[in-house]
Amino acid sequence: MALLEIRNLTKRFFRLSALSGVSLSVEPGELLGVIGPNGSGKTTLFNCVTGVLAPSGGHVLFRGEDITGRSPDIVYQRGVARTFQLIQLFPEMTVLENMLVAAQERTGTLLSRLLRREETRETARARELLEFLGIARLEDNLASNLSYGQQKLLDFGMALMPDPQLILLDEPMAGVNPTMIKNLMGHILALNGRGYTFVVIEHNMEVVMSLCRRIVVLSQGERIAEGTPAEIADNPLVLDAYFGR
Amino acid sequence: MARGLWPLVAALALGLLLPLVLDQYKLYVLSLTLVYVILAIGLNLTLGYAGQISLCHAAFMAFGSYAVAILGQHGVPFEAGLVLGVVLAFGWGLVLGFPALQVKHHYLAMVTLGFNIIVFLVLRNWESLTGGSFGISSVARPAWGPFSFKSDRAFYYYILAWAAIVVASAYWILHSRWGRAFRAIRENEMRAEVVGVSLRNYKLMAFAIGAAYAGTGGALFAPLLGYIDPGAFTLDRSIQFLMMVVLGGLGRFEGPLIGALVVTVLPEVLRGSEGLYLIIYALSVILMMLFMPKGLVGLWDLAWRFSKSATSPSASSASPR
Repeated sequence: MALLEIRNLTKRFFRLSALSGVSLSVEPGELLGVIGPNGSGKTTLFNCVTGVLAPSGGHVLFRGEDITGRSPDIVYQRGVARTFQLIQLFPEMTVLENMLVAAQERTGTLLSRLLRREETRETARARELLEFLGIARLEDNLASNLSYGQQKLLDFGMALMPDPQLILLDEPMAGVNPTMIKNLMGHILALNGRGYTFVVIEHNMEVVMSLCRRIVVLSQGERIAEGTPAEIADNPLVLDAYFGR
Repeated sequence: MARGLWPLVAALALGLLLPLVLDQYKLYVLSLTLVYVILAIGLNLTLGYAGQISLCHAAFMAFGSYAVAILGQHGVPFEAGLVLGVVLAFGWGLVLGFPALQVKHHYLAMVTLGFNIIVFLVLRNWESLTGGSFGISSVARPAWGPFSFKSDRAFYYYILAWAAIVVASAYWILHSRWGRAFRAIRENEMRAEVVGVSLRNYKLMAFAIGAAYAGTGGALFAPLLGYIDPGAFTLDRSIQFLMMVVLGGLGRFEGPLIGALVVTVLPEVLRGSEGLYLIIYALSVILMMLFMPKGLVGLWDLAWRFSKSATSPSASSASPR
């Protein structure tokens, strides 16, 4: 069974179709790339899957369960985490608090979150991840005091915090320097090797081609191609979409 | 943690000792301050921490005041009235939380403002229950069998005990995962939801708990004054609570304590200047907001940083900024 299955997903903003009948599936353990020109509906796709936007039509199934139109907190609790193209953090909270808030709602009841105070396990996991990402020494800094690259890493760390089954990365390399890109790619591959499933939206072709074994191409809200990096690179439809005729 | 707790312990010690040296009137002002501290803590939770504007805190307060006043007329013990008032306020807080799920900022301000006016009109016009514009007089103070809190000093300590309970419980809530979820919603609502924070659950709780504290404060307010009428629960009063919270420092734990103290005591201090006192009061509030946008707690922060950099010069240079 596919981990994530998107069937005929449609999203209209008034009369503009941002997504028209997009279908795709993600297998457990996969590292799928999603590419496409600006405005092709990639982020809208993530927003519809994670419940940030309600789709106009179609279905989203996660581990066989229909999660179409469920609110973001429910989708997250089911095991789908994501990062954002424009970094979204809690600026006046410390790095460690940003990490902890990303884990606290995953399990337990509302009441247990009021009554149970100790968080030894969660704190240990947060520190381990911050160590892995190389920002452990910043744990007491406010998120707003981090550099752009460090914020990007924190955003990524928050997505890993709940130990999700599926992680959606929205342009993880945008605005990141080449050293950091190599760094991040290493992290993604290492985690993928440990069994984490990723869907990555990325503009940097070099990155996508070397990270992913399968790539889906969107253009003007439609899925126009799918295949291995080599197949995508040779596909005339893809070239058309990017450069026009 | 240690830094967060010791001002509270100092405040409690001061609260225990002050009545020994104060005259009756000053004791009354201090009692009123404590009641307002309880109310401001509630509003700080809703607005300061969770970021949900509420302009009907006086209406939630009215539930507590009228519950003890009306039940007291029928000989029901004070604490039973207080519990009923808190439950009513909590329930209405939940109801008011629902609009907060749909609307934000100015619109939420309008909704809560409207609620305050409705409650005021109901209190004024439901004469058979509330006594209408005349209100209810001789509200009884609590008594446990032969032991009574009728004297001003005894009742002051009774209020102090409740204030301590409120401070302790608010400290617990705000330092639990709930407190973190509240702040997450205030700072980035969309991101909070995408890390699994249920906006519905937490916004409703932020409203209901803030209202429950207002109900507690209201229940103590009625017997402190001895009489209540609808005029005590107008929109003006709600705005006064807003001022306490903002002046003290939004979203800062010690904020409401300082804010309530300043807003209650400053007019009393200025009373000697007769006609000028409102102008001086307004001016000083404006100046405080201009120069201390983070509230009076901001001053405390500055002093803390200053003393830290004075004792260890390396501490300030280690700052990554």
